[in-house]
Amino acid sequence: MFIEIKNIQKQFIDKENKPITVLKDINLEVQKGEFVSILGPSGCGKSTLLSIVAGLTKANSGEVIVNETQVRKPGKDRGMVFQQAALFPWLNVLENVTFPLKKEMSKKDANEQAKKYLQMVQLSNYLHHYPHELSGGMQQRVAIARALAMNPDTLLMDEPFGALDEQTRSRLHGQLETIWTETKKTILFVTHSISESIKLSDRIIVMGTKPGTILQDIRVDLPRPREQYKKEMLEIEEHIMGYLKKEIDKVVSEELANASNN
Amino acid sequence: MHPTIKRIIFFSVIIAFWEIGSRLELWLPTILPSPSMVLDALITGFEDKTLIYDLVASFKRLAIGLALSLIIGSALGVLLAKSKSADETLGTVILALQSVPSIIWLPLAIMWFGMNETSVIFVVVLGGTFVMTLNMRAGMKNVNPLFVKAAQTMGATGLDLFVRVAFPASIPHVVTGARLAWAFAWRALMAGELLSTGPGLGYTLRYASDFGNMSLVIGVMIIIGVIGYIVDQLIFQRVEKNVIERWGLES
Repeated sequence: MFIEIKNIQKQFIDKENKPITVLKDINLEVQKGEFVSILGPSGCGKSTLLSIVAGLTKANSGEVIVNETQVRKPGKDRGMVFQQAALFPWLNVLENVTFPLKKEMSKKDANEQAKKYLQMVQLSNYLHHYPHELSGGMQQRVAIARALAMNPDTLLMDEPFGALDEQTRSRLHGQLETIWTETKKTILFVTHSISESIKLSDRIIVMGTKPGTILQDIRVDLPRPREQYKKEMLEIEEHIMGYLKKEIDKVVSEELANASNN
Repeated sequence: MHPTIKRIIFFSVIIAFWEIGSRLELWLPTILPSPSMVLDALITGFEDKTLIYDLVASFKRLAIGLALSLIIGSALGVLLAKSKSADETLGTVILALQSVPSIIWLPLAIMWFGMNETSVIFVVVLGGTFVMTLNMRAGMKNVNPLFVKAAQTMGATGLDLFVRVAFPASIPHVVTGARLAWAFAWRALMAGELLSTGPGLGYTLRYASDFGNMSLVIGVMIIIGVIGYIVDQLIFQRVEKNVIERWGLES
């Protein structure tokens, strides 16, 4: 297996010094080149899980193995795209994308490589623009190009399109699908949108909350592009909604209970 | 109406009243000399080069003092931001020192270094350092954690992370710190020169005052004011505006 997530547990300490279990008994295996979505309501720990795979957060127990190496810290083999583009405002588009390449190649090669991926996200005409001059969707495409430029085997995406409007999001879905087919990256994609996960992924990991656990591992076998399979996609959506409804009800009732306690 | 035109009219009116009042002898020239007398004093000063020597001397001290205070201030700021213990101990001292005018150090400085240039530079350094420290500290503390995370996933660690991410991310604070450091250093320099030795603008101001040359006193005051305005408005405000725009901090 390319990515192995074994028995991950994660606890946080809350304001009253009580430990809260965010992730419990998480086990997941992902094959090389697979597009896997992690889907769940807010607070289910899906972003924390991704952060653990990235090496940015430490689990309390369990281990993550990527390409036969245990994850201990962040590494260039795992590119990450966040919900906010996180571009460096003091660098222009080209400089942002060459940021991870500076150490390992000459300036000329780095620029070549960066331009290649900027072309892939159709931003070749914006090399010398600064982030504040770009729209949210364009910034996110630069962030994707930046992650791809390191040529990582794995791409970790934490609700990358969550902050974008519907049309932009839909266009970026298409671009991401193309990039994935062309580059054969293994993608872990965190989202709370059921339709997004069905449209993009080979497998959907449905997570429940309090504590965060894996409820279901659903395979999506529809051919791509999937726009033409509206009916099938809707069926899967209802199927997943069944699992999630219980979880969302759980969150809502707990919030109501908390509210009445206060 | 364009602000520049408003300003020109405003200053013309003031200077006109001042000149007319002087001509009508509403006040004595020893109390307030007329604008034309001030102008004469300035022309004489520049022609015999004394004011030029003063400017060069003052700027040399300012450059050395300000450069030192920016370097020391930045280093201290990074230290306070990175070390909690330093922040809780040294930080309090710096906060206290920042609230006192640096000129009060001059008597001590004269004892330590003598009645010379070093004493003045010392006071200038103290004038600029602490405000730079506090701004650098704030800049470092306010680096967007997302930038750091993103850089880490791109393989940046340690010094690399500092030089390529944390420092540039705090540039807006650095610029503000430098601007305030300049303002404090400039005030400290003038005070130091007034109380110490020359050449220098402050020294000439006191010298002219001792000899009752009020035209030159006002002339030097105008030079000091104009330089302050030019550096602040034309240099620092522009840089600050540029940085705010580039860093996407416009509200």
